[in-house]
Amino acid sequence: MAPTDSATEERTPTGGTTPPLIRFDRVVKRFGGVTVLDELDFSVAAGRNVTLIGPSGSGKTTILRLLMTLIRPDGGSITVDGDNLTHMVRRGKLVPADEKHVRPIRKKIGMVFQQFNLFPNMRVLRNLTEAPVRVLGMDRDEAEIRARELLEMVGLADKADAHCAHLSGGQQQRVAIARALAMRPKVLLLDEVTSALDPELVAGVLDLLRDIAVSGDVTLVCVTHEMGFARDVSDQVLMFDAGRVVESGPPEKIFSDPDHQRTRDFLRAVR
Amino acid sequence: MTFGLFKLLLDGLWITIQLLVFSAALAVLIAFTAGLARLSRRRAVRFFAAVYVEFFRGTSALVLMFWLFFALPLLGWQLAPLWAGTLALSLSFGAYGSEVVRGAVLAVSPGQREAATALSFTPWQRLRLVVLPQAVPEMLPTFSNQLVELLKATSLASAVTIGDLTFQAQSVRLATGESAQVYGLILGMYFVIAFTLTRGMRLLERRAKANLGLGRLVTGPEAPLGSEPPTAPAGPPPLPEPTGHGQGGGI
Repeated sequence: MAPTDSATEERTPTGGTTPPLIRFDRVVKRFGGVTVLDELDFSVAAGRNVTLIGPSGSGKTTILRLLMTLIRPDGGSITVDGDNLTHMVRRGKLVPADEKHVRPIRKKIGMVFQQFNLFPNMRVLRNLTEAPVRVLGMDRDEAEIRARELLEMVGLADKADAHCAHLSGGQQQRVAIARALAMRPKVLLLDEVTSALDPELVAGVLDLLRDIAVSGDVTLVCVTHEMGFARDVSDQVLMFDAGRVVESGPPEKIFSDPDHQRTRDFLRAVR
Repeated sequence: MTFGLFKLLLDGLWITIQLLVFSAALAVLIAFTAGLARLSRRRAVRFFAAVYVEFFRGTSALVLMFWLFFALPLLGWQLAPLWAGTLALSLSFGAYGSEVVRGAVLAVSPGQREAATALSFTPWQRLRLVVLPQAVPEMLPTFSNQLVELLKATSLASAVTIGDLTFQAQSVRLATGESAQVYGLILGMYFVIAFTLTRGMRLLERRAKANLGLGRLVTGPEAPLGSEPPTAPAGPPPLPEPTGHGQGGGI
């Protein structure tokens, strides 16, 4: 295991050299006896939205959860925006990162979950202001102004004072997206954000995410089964199987003319 | 019964209420400390919390009271009777309560904690801002039961010469021989306190539910900004009676 301590210039899979925003270096993750990620290497350049596709159990969600520091890798290292998310130096030795080390790096990452996970003990507006106030130390008035702008953007300005439990799934997910954006993350992780929604609510959420993708304020890392959406928002698509990248490339290439039979089979199955 | 004797009962009532309030407050403190300690990441913390809970859950509150009252002074530490009683009750009920706290915290969906982590809250903020506000409403029905159990358990204090309601009733009975009257009267008194407690707890439960947007659906204009905890609903909403699912008392 040889974790790197800084992001180095590296060729992105699409060519060109930009310092990677996210970099996985021989990352291993096991659950029980099952190896979900097997020495996974990949990197994401800043401003290039990435979609991870592949059969369920291929480790896509695990990648997002590792990035969000919800779980720890069993090997390898992860770098985000030049900071090592998994390791730190203590007394000249590289040791697993602790909560304190992780915290400032974690602030650069936001996540939207399949099950929304809004805080039911807070009204909608409070869901959006609590973290900016408590974590970023933002003034509460300022945070509320920003929260109302975000609610306006997601089309829910009139729900600021509503209980989360009284919103539809689609509305909850749009609030969850606004809540993540309120922290101004550099990376936004989207974990099958439309999978728990009624079909008629999916389009609204995806349209919102398309707008966010175009805005370029944040780099999206998506796990989705919505291939149309993946094609629209991604600059790069990574096809996973059994914890490894089968192939990667621009969406036009992956969706129209993939190199690997495994990718072709998968795409045929999901269409 | 003369007024003087009735006054004796009122004195006893006051002691009983003191015992109840002090032991409840201390028991809640212990319950949260031990309950959260059992969920600690540190093994040693979990271990000691478990030892505490198992020991005091498996011990009679009455014997514990005897021990604090009669044995502890032999070790050179004399507690005021009221405090010995309070301590025995709160150690017992704190052990029960810690299981309620632990269960309710575990019942909060893991997604909530993950979302709180994703927003970079510290572990303490996750607990205080997200987990506990959702866990506490879950604890209330059981705490309500335990509070009534605790009230009834305060009568154990009469056995260690604390002048609570039961103790004074015995004195009055000895003086007058009116057993039926005296015990009937204090039964009524215990019931009135218990009933008040359960009503109060139900009000708290309803508020807590409304705070989570559960129970009665809020229709019409929303509360203005900044008026955070919604006030109790004007009319009693048709909520089902809370069903008792608590453990028994610590006797």
